[in-house]
Amino acid sequence: MDRMWALVERDLRRFRRSPTLIFVSMVFPLVQLLVLGYAFGGKLKDLKVGVVDQDRGVQAVKLREMFNAVHANARTFQTIDYHDERAAVDDLRNGRLDAVLDIPPNFSRDVLEKTAPRVALIEDNTDNFIEATLQGVFAPLLGAYNQPATTAARVPTAPTLAVVELYPYVPYIQYLLAGSTVLAIFVSAMIGGGIIYIDDKARGLHEGYLVTPITKFGLIFGFNLAGTIKAVIAGLVLAIFGSLIARIPDPFSPARLAKIALVDLATSLALISMMFLFMVRVNDPLVPRATFGVLNTLLFFPSGAVYPASAFPKWMRAISIADPFTYGVHAFKELMLKNTSLSAVAGDLTFLFLFAALMMAAATALFRRTL
Amino acid sequence: MGAIEVEKITKRFDGFTAVDAVSFVVESGEVFGLLGPNGAGKSTLIRMLTTLIPPSAGNARVSGFDIVHSAQEVRRSIGVIPQAMTSDLDLSLAENLIIFAKLYGVPRETRARRVKELLEAVELEQWTDKPVKFLSGGMRRRLEIARGLIHEPQVFFLDEPTTGLDPVSRVSVWEMLMKLKKERNLTILLTTHYMDEADKLCDRIAIVDHGKLVALDSPLKLKASIPGANILEVSFSPVPEGWLDTLKSLPDVARVTAVDHVFRVSSNNGPRTTVALVEAARGAGISLVSLSVQSTTLDDVFMHYTGRQLRDELQESAVYDPSFMYKK
Repeated sequence: MDRMWALVERDLRRFRRSPTLIFVSMVFPLVQLLVLGYAFGGKLKDLKVGVVDQDRGVQAVKLREMFNAVHANARTFQTIDYHDERAAVDDLRNGRLDAVLDIPPNFSRDVLEKTAPRVALIEDNTDNFIEATLQGVFAPLLGAYNQPATTAARVPTAPTLAVVELYPYVPYIQYLLAGSTVLAIFVSAMIGGGIIYIDDKARGLHEGYLVTPITKFGLIFGFNLAGTIKAVIAGLVLAIFGSLIARIPDPFSPARLAKIALVDLATSLALISMMFLFMVRVNDPLVPRATFGVLNTLLFFPSGAVYPASAFPKWMRAISIADPFTYGVHAFKELMLKNTSLSAVAGDLTFLFLFAALMMAAATALFRRTL
Repeated sequence: MGAIEVEKITKRFDGFTAVDAVSFVVESGEVFGLLGPNGAGKSTLIRMLTTLIPPSAGNARVSGFDIVHSAQEVRRSIGVIPQAMTSDLDLSLAENLIIFAKLYGVPRETRARRVKELLEAVELEQWTDKPVKFLSGGMRRRLEIARGLIHEPQVFFLDEPTTGLDPVSRVSVWEMLMKLKKERNLTILLTTHYMDEADKLCDRIAIVDHGKLVALDSPLKLKASIPGANILEVSFSPVPEGWLDTLKSLPDVARVTAVDHVFRVSSNNGPRTTVALVEAARGAGISLVSLSVQSTTLDDVFMHYTGRQLRDELQESAVYDPSFMYKK
């Protein structure tokens, strides 16, 4: 045990004396949380919609009043009047407008005569998000416009949907926090278990260990444990500071923190042992650096950290099932967003610990105790 | 029983034989040198003996333990200083030593005392708590020597201990090694391509070339084993026809070689041959351009046994050694 702890001690002493390393492994995921959390979380506002009213009748005015109501309340879009359809479309093409709503001549007459009245929404479909948002606003607006004016009954006669939300509103930054925490653990695993491990090997430091009587398993477990401790610290720091930034309710509850620490440990062990298996036969210091980006993309995005996995194609779902990120992200989401009991994350913990044991066994089999 | 017994040990890398059936015995308390150019197979040999790479054939015993079947026992009994400096730069000297004391299983109660003693022995005690990155190359090498001795090994392996050091640091490392050897009755096996180092430190020297052991004896006996106790390097102007044969016929001359108008004359009696050579030149009406007389060196020994000069081989042979390439 003393021999194994010597490796851990050495690694932690070096880590403590390397503020740059600490900064990189913890600050990068925090920055990502802040930037992505606020970049993806907000609703679209103040989109510019050009309105070409070629009708100017009563029905067209009624429609435009409804648009103005949206502008005054939800502020999803603001309208800009155009007299010439060609000028409006030119501005749309040149990016000065996000859409053009064209009310054709005789629109009011067609409405009254019920002879297929139409308005056209001309969109810049190179931006899917704006396109979907505007369609999402204009379709119900037209629906409301089409409803006959009636007096509401005291007791509704048609069935309605009552939505009950179990938890308070979850902004996107809170949704992303679980993923960012796992990313902090991954960055730490990549630096500690990948880059530093191979650099030490190339510098001949491992040669110094190999001539000592430490066993093969002692070496592997020592390297893994040292990496895991650093990754756990990175994960905890991210979970705590990230919770404060994302305004997670009651972030310092001891029970919640204890459960988060357990998931942190399981995720760290799984990611470090996986990284060690990947690097066990590698000698070239460029390899971990070159694979960092690929591994990050391959493991982070299919995990459901930024978008639900149920929206993925089959091949991505297959990756997601084998990806330890998935289970770490799921467990952290359960604890951070819902403060569930441990039983809700028992499956994730089982997978992560089994995955770590499997990776370590494979690494032990592949590890060469010679040069 | 010798401290190190090597029997027909061989290492092949993808069809290239780095060490070819080498055998020797190192007695307890002896300083044994493996002398040869880079790529000769010295590092591969030392790595096999320190259990870092398995041999392809043959066997060896270190401190009585088989290097393949009792590798852990071998590791417990040896101290190793690899060619590359492998101390952790961010840690202090004491921390580096303590960590290796733990790796070698030194009991907790003796660790601190041993660190103190060893740092005093290598004269680095005033740097105990400073990070290794502040040390010079020679000081770092002395720290590594202390590190290799932290568990009080019986046999000490050093792979090119002074490569890359300045002349002052080299002498300092030599003195340190001799002092420690005397105090601790160590058996030392070191590799080097510096002839002066081998001459100064080693009780016996094995000359290794292209993976084979070509000569083995004490420095004095190796020098005595080649013809000529002195080497005369001489050049003339002009050089008449058949002058080489004239030089060979001079008294006490054992051998003459010529490289670019410089004649290298091995003589069993330097002063007598010098006088005869000067008279022969005067008699032939030619002038002596330069003349130097030296005692036989290990370079002459190496040249005698391998047909080449050691310094000419240093760069050329480096590319053939896969274990050397691993370092890069």
